Amino acid sequence: MIDPSAYLLLSAVLFGIGVVGVVARKNVLIILMSVELMLNGVNVAFVAAGSYLGDAAGGIFAFMVMTVAAAEAAVGLALLIALYRLKETVDITELKVLKW
Amino acid sequence: MVNGILDYLWLVPALPLLGVALNGAIALFAERPFLLKEAGLPLAGGHGTHGHDAGHASHGTSSHGDSASHHEAPAYRKLVAFIAPAVVGAAFVVALLCVLSLASRPADGRTFVQILFPWIQAGSLLVPAGLQLDPLSSVMALVVTGVGFLIHVYSVGYMSHERAFARYFVYLNLFMFAMLTLVLANNYLLMFVGWEGVGLCSYLLIGFWYEKQSASDAGKKAFIANRIGDFGVLLAMFLVFWTFGSLTYTEVFARVPLLRESGVLTTGLATAITLLLFLGATGKSAQIPLYVWLPDAMEGPTPVSALIHAATMVTAGVYMVARSSALFLLAPDTMMVVAVIGAVTAIFSATIGICQTDIKRVLAYSTVSQLGYMFLACGVGAFTAAIFHLMTHAFFKALLFLGSGSVIHALSGEQDMQKMGGLKKYVPVTFATMFVATLAIAGIPGLSGFFSKDEILWQAFSSSHGSPALWAVAALAAGITAFYMFRLVFLTFFGTSRMDPEVERHAHESPWTMTVPLMLLAVLSVAGGWIGIPAVVGDFFGIPNYFEHWLAPVFHPVAAAGAHGAEGAVHHPAALEIGLMAVSVAIALCGIGLAYFLYRVRTGKPAEIAKAWPALYDVVYHKYYIDEFYEWAVIRRIVSASTGLWQMFDARFIDGIVNGGADLVRAGGDRVRRLQGGVVGGYAFSLLAGAVLLVGYILYRSVVQ
Repeated sequence: MIDPSAYLLLSAVLFGIGVVGVVARKNVLIILMSVELMLNGVNVAFVAAGSYLGDAAGGIFAFMVMTVAAAEAAVGLALLIALYRLKETVDITELKVLKW
Repeated sequence: MVNGILDYLWLVPALPLLGVALNGAIALFAERPFLLKEAGLPLAGGHGTHGHDAGHASHGTSSHGDSASHHEAPAYRKLVAFIAPAVVGAAFVVALLCVLSLASRPADGRTFVQILFPWIQAGSLLVPAGLQLDPLSSVMALVVTGVGFLIHVYSVGYMSHERAFARYFVYLNLFMFAMLTLVLANNYLLMFVGWEGVGLCSYLLIGFWYEKQSASDAGKKAFIANRIGDFGVLLAMFLVFWTFGSLTYTEVFARVPLLRESGVLTTGLATAITLLLFLGATGKSAQIPLYVWLPDAMEGPTPVSALIHAATMVTAGVYMVARSSALFLLAPDTMMVVAVIGAVTAIFSATIGICQTDIKRVLAYSTVSQLGYMFLACGVGAFTAAIFHLMTHAFFKALLFLGSGSVIHALSGEQDMQKMGGLKKYVPVTFATMFVATLAIAGIPGLSGFFSKDEILWQAFSSSHGSPALWAVAALAAGITAFYMFRLVFLTFFGTSRMDPEVERHAHESPWTMTVPLMLLAVLSVAGGWIGIPAVVGDFFGIPNYFEHWLAPVFHPVAAAGAHGAEGAVHHPAALEIGLMAVSVAIALCGIGLAYFLYRVRTGKPAEIAKAWPALYDVVYHKYYIDEFYEWAVIRRIVSASTGLWQMFDARFIDGIVNGGADLVRAGGDRVRRLQGGVVGGYAFSLLAGAVLLVGYILYRSVVQ
């Protein structure tokens, strides 16, 4: 059995990549994918902790997150398509009318 | 019911108040809609053709012409014409019965106080709303209601062509209520309510024809001049309460001897109180330096001039000084100031009266001058003489004003004496009654003015506060009074007509509602003085001085308690009194003779005199340029100071604070709003930063613990 800290490290790395992607990238599609990456990083932590503690709740939470992520992806992609039709761009920096 | 009719004393001020309510309802709900409707329709000629035509075209212009609406008197006018004099007449009857009931009591028990309800209770300040009927207030109440009733009756005739008929009588009734509150109040604060009330009514009635710029200006001038005096009264009341712990007359005056002995009531304090009270009196009673409003007050309807600005309101200052005589006698300095101001005002305004050509303005300056006599009497401690002259003056000066009103009425509004003359044959009743009043004011022996004026002259000479100099000034003023009054009579009623022929054709004697009050007042002007015949003459005929006996309980215990005996302290031989009387009559006759010579015999002479001393004539004609001096010395200063304060303090400082606060918030908001850049990445980053900070804080806490 691998040391749980390795799983947590993997989880942290995945989450960190996701965060950087959300903050740094301009393409909305990439940002959505980065969000998925963050969610999956969390999933890794859940499953690892559940397995380590012998508690099924960790795995159950991971499934819960996957369900929500699927719904989020559906809504997010739908919005993205609507946005592209309206603006003909998916560059997030172009979308800044919502201010003062 | 123990006091009989006296328990109904409250009716005296309440009845005019009832008149205010009834007439006010009529004015609001009948007259106002009527006048508005009329004003909305196009009137024949002059105004009315502008603007309103379009909106009212459907009403039809032909049926509502000038003739149709003017001659058809609405029914409410008759009701008003009945209610207004009736309530005042009823108040007079009640007051008369009360005074008769009071007179049946022994002399030292003639102070009846009726507490209506507790009014102000704050800490040690207890002010009831109470009425006090004593010899002094009974004289005032009878003069106010009696003369007031006659003037109400007269007004019905005089104002018959007036459109705002009900409004006029609302104000007039309100004035009666305020004036009766003033004279019947049993404490300084309630008196002050009446004092302010009459000031308000004076303002409303001077500015009754408010469409006229000069009338509305005159109203404001009167109100502001009075405010200056009122400030003095307020301060005096604070001092009275501070010193005596009460504002009720009976309590204050009862505490005078005690506080005097204990040293609380120093002469300086008494001087301060009385000087402040006198400042109020100079405002209300039109004395130097605040007399300037009274001549301008002639812009009001003539009955108003007679009632408010001659017979009643302007005497309120004299009443107040007489009421506070116990305090005034403790302050010899104030007494001297009062006497000197009174004497100087008497002669100063009398000289202005010589050159005026407006009939009402002559009478206005005459009123100022006569009020000066009353203050002279107060100043020399002869309060009885002051109140006596107040009463006789109310009779003959009301008569003179009403007579001049009758003349003005006859001449369709002409007030300039240069456009009168020879009116004797057109208005015989007015002429006869006014002539009687003129004889009375000139001091012809046997008439009311003679007894009261002579009493004042004698007291000015003989009283311990008086001096021959005061007597000389007052006697000279009496001569000038006789001169300008006869000048008025000669210019108005005698000689050849200088009237506009058109006006002369319409000249007519006034209706009975106007002439009957004139005749009654003429009787009073003759006989009103007989109740106060001085002992030196009265003893000869076996007639006692009823008036002095009547007022003795009010003024004499006071005189005994004061430092000086006011009247009768110094004894002079009767021959001296008779001699001075003869001298003053001679001076008056000289004045009349001079007027006869200048305005009947050598009618070209006055113009020659004016030409011979142009500078002197100019100065007197322009009323010594006092108005211009005030304008320059006071008004312009206040206006420029106010303008400065407005521009410097208000516009810069106050507005600066308010606007500065707003600017600060706006600038701050301007900075802060830039945080919200609209870039989603930025929001995501702040989210991250927040999460990092939170997690960091939680970790830090767990590590520290």
